[in-house]
Amino acid sequence: MPAAKAQALFQGLVMIDADPSADIAALQRLTLWALSQYSPVVAMDPPDGIVMDTEGADHLQGGEALMLSGLVNRFRGRGLAARAAIADTWGAAHALARSIDCETIIVPPGETANVVSRLPLPSLRLPADIVKSLHTLGFATVGDLATTPRAPLTLRFGPEVGRRLDQMFGQLAEPIDPIRPSQLVEVRKLFAEPIGAPETIEKYVGRLVRKLCLELEKRGLGARRADLIVHRVDNTIQALRAGTAKPARDVVWLTKLFRDRIERIEPGFGIEKLSLAATLVEPLVDIQSASSLIEEQATDVTPLIDVLGNRGGQRIFRVAPVASDVPERSVQRIAPTAEEVGANWPLHWPRPSRLLARPEAIEVIALMPDHPPVSFTWRGKRRRVKRADGPERIFGEWWQRSCEWIAVRDYFVVEDDAGERFWVFRSGDGVDAETGSHKWFLHGVFA
Amino acid sequence: MTIAAASSNTVLNELREKIASLEGTGSRIRTVLPFGVGEIDARLPGGGLAYGALHEVAGGGNGAIDGAAAALFIGGIAARTTGKVIWCLTRFDLFFPALAQVGLHPDRVIFVECDKEETVLASFEEALRYGGLGAVVAELVRLPMTASRRLQLAAEQSGTMGLVIRRWRRQTEASDFGMPTAAATRWRISVLPSEPLPVPGVGRARWLAELMRVRAGEGGEFIIGACDGKGRICLSSDTADRQDQASRSFALS
Repeated sequence: MPAAKAQALFQGLVMIDADPSADIAALQRLTLWALSQYSPVVAMDPPDGIVMDTEGADHLQGGEALMLSGLVNRFRGRGLAARAAIADTWGAAHALARSIDCETIIVPPGETANVVSRLPLPSLRLPADIVKSLHTLGFATVGDLATTPRAPLTLRFGPEVGRRLDQMFGQLAEPIDPIRPSQLVEVRKLFAEPIGAPETIEKYVGRLVRKLCLELEKRGLGARRADLIVHRVDNTIQALRAGTAKPARDVVWLTKLFRDRIERIEPGFGIEKLSLAATLVEPLVDIQSASSLIEEQATDVTPLIDVLGNRGGQRIFRVAPVASDVPERSVQRIAPTAEEVGANWPLHWPRPSRLLARPEAIEVIALMPDHPPVSFTWRGKRRRVKRADGPERIFGEWWQRSCEWIAVRDYFVVEDDAGERFWVFRSGDGVDAETGSHKWFLHGVFA
Repeated sequence: MTIAAASSNTVLNELREKIASLEGTGSRIRTVLPFGVGEIDARLPGGGLAYGALHEVAGGGNGAIDGAAAALFIGGIAARTTGKVIWCLTRFDLFFPALAQVGLHPDRVIFVECDKEETVLASFEEALRYGGLGAVVAELVRLPMTASRRLQLAAEQSGTMGLVIRRWRRQTEASDFGMPTAAATRWRISVLPSEPLPVPGVGRARWLAELMRVRAGEGGEFIIGACDGKGRICLSSDTADRQDQASRSFALS
C-alpha cells in the first residue's frame, strides 16, 4: 500500500523510515542472546529470522514444546511478537514459521513433506520475480511445484527453484553456519577413540581449562560464564554451564567449578569431542599481588562463593544497614561480592540477637502509659518480669506508607526470673488510641 | 640421678615428638585465640580456643531452641578473629545489629542460607577447606560423629576455626547434645539474670558458660559477662552469691 493511501485511510498515521542496517544489528544481538540461552548452533536468517539447530539441546529447556513456548513467551515479555517452528529441515521450519496462524508448531520427524505441500509459494525463499512468474503460470502451493517435472522449470527459472525445493524436503543438505561472537574464546579437544570414564573426562576438562585460561590471559579477559559442550559419538550434545561472580581466569578455580559436576555428564557410547567456550567474558587486568613485607593479606573469597553458588540450593548474601528505626526494615541483603559498605548500625541501644519473623502477640499486665510489663504470657508460658528497660519509642515512617503517619511502637527490654531477656513492644503510645492498638507483641530474644 | 632424669626427659621428649608427628599436627603451627580471661584460658590446651579445630556451642534451656546466647557468644569469638567469616544456616532469624554490637562488622560476614541441613554441612566443609578465613560458623541440628570428624579434619587442614551452633526444634531433642562428636571443645551457654544496677534497669547480660568437654583439657563452669563491644567476655565479679544478688535486684512498680 502506498504511504499516501495509508495516510488517507488512517488519521494521524506516524511514518518512520525503514532502517535495515539497524534491524540487522538488532537481529544479530538477538541471535547472540539465543546462542547464550538455547543452543550451541545458532545463526541469523535475515531479514527477520533466527535459525537454530536444537538437536540434543532442547532437553536443557525441558523438551521441544517447552523450549518453543518459553522462547515465544520471553520474546513477548520484551514486546516482540515471535513465531517459532521446529521441523526436519531449515527450509521447512523457515516456511512454517512464516505461514502458520498459531505461535508455535512442531512437525514430527518424517512428516515434513505432508505438512509443507500446502504452503504458499512465497515461503520457498525464492526471489520475488520468480515467485511472481510462477503465480502467472498457475502455481499456488509448494506441493504444486514439487509434483511438476523439474527440467522445464530449471530451463526457465535457473537452478534456484530446484535447489530450494530439495532443501525444503531434505534431499539437499543445508548446514547452519553458527554465529560466533568475534571475541569468543573457545578451546576444543577431539578424541581419536571415544572416552567415557569420569577420571578421563576430568583429566581432559582440566587440560581444556588450562588452555582456555592461557587464551584468556593472552586477551586480558576473565570468564564470567563458561560452557563445557560434550559431543558424544551418537551425535548428541550435553552442555554444562558454570558461572562466576567475578571475571575468573584461575585454573584451579574454574576446574573446581566443573569438577563438582562432571558426574552429571552421561558419556553414553563415548565422547568424541569436548569443547570449552567462555560465552561471557569481561576484561580482567593483572594486579600486583601484595609483597611479603605486608603481613596482612586479605583472602579473596570469590572462588568459594562461586563454588557454593554453582551447587544450587543455597542463597549467598551479605547484610548491610538501612537507615531506618523500624527493626524489620533496618537490615537489607546485598550481593556477597558487593563493595564493602563500611557503614554500621547505631550501636547505643540494645538489640536482640534473634528477631522473630513476625512479632508475636503476648498477654501483658502493665501500667499504662509508660511502664514496662509486670508479667507477660508468651507461647503459653507466663513470665514475671524482674527487670526492665524502656521505653524506646519508634515512630512510623510516614514517608514509606501513609497509614504509618502517627503510628508508634514503644519497645521495652524485659528480663524474667530465670534471666531470659526479651524485646517486647506495645503498639501505640499508651495514651492516644490513634497511634496504635495498644496491644503487646514480643519481637526478639536477647542473648 | 640427674643423668637418669635427663635421659628420661629426652626419651619423653622423643615420644612426645613421635606422637605429635603421628597426630599429624606437628608440621602445622597450631595457634590459639585466647579469651583474655585467665581462668577460662587455663582450662583450654594452649591457652585459648584452637584455630584449625571444631568448636560446638549450644544454648541451655530455651536457648537450645532460639540459640540467641550461643549466636552472640560465637559472634564475639568471630569478631576477635581477622578475615572473612562464613555463616551457614537454614533459617535466617539473626538480627545482625546485635552481632554488630559485639564488634562483628557486617562487611566481614557472608551468609549462606541453605535449603537442607545436609547442604549446610557441605557448605560448612567447603568453607572450612578453603582456608584464609577468620572463622566459619554453621547452625546445625544434628552433628553425627562421621560428619564432625570430616569437619574437624577439614579444619585441621586449613587452620580455620570451625564454630557450630547446635540448635534444636524442640526442647526434647536437645538431649542429642550428649552424643559424642569429634569437636575439640563443647560449650553450653545459658542465660543468667543480668548484672545488678544501682537503679532500675537491665544491666550487662550474664551467661553461665559450661565447658562440657575439651580435648586434652579439663572442663569447667564459669559465670561470665556477655560480650562487650569488641567481642570480649569477662568473668562476672559476684559469681558466688547469685542468691544474694537476686535479693538485691529491684522490684518494679
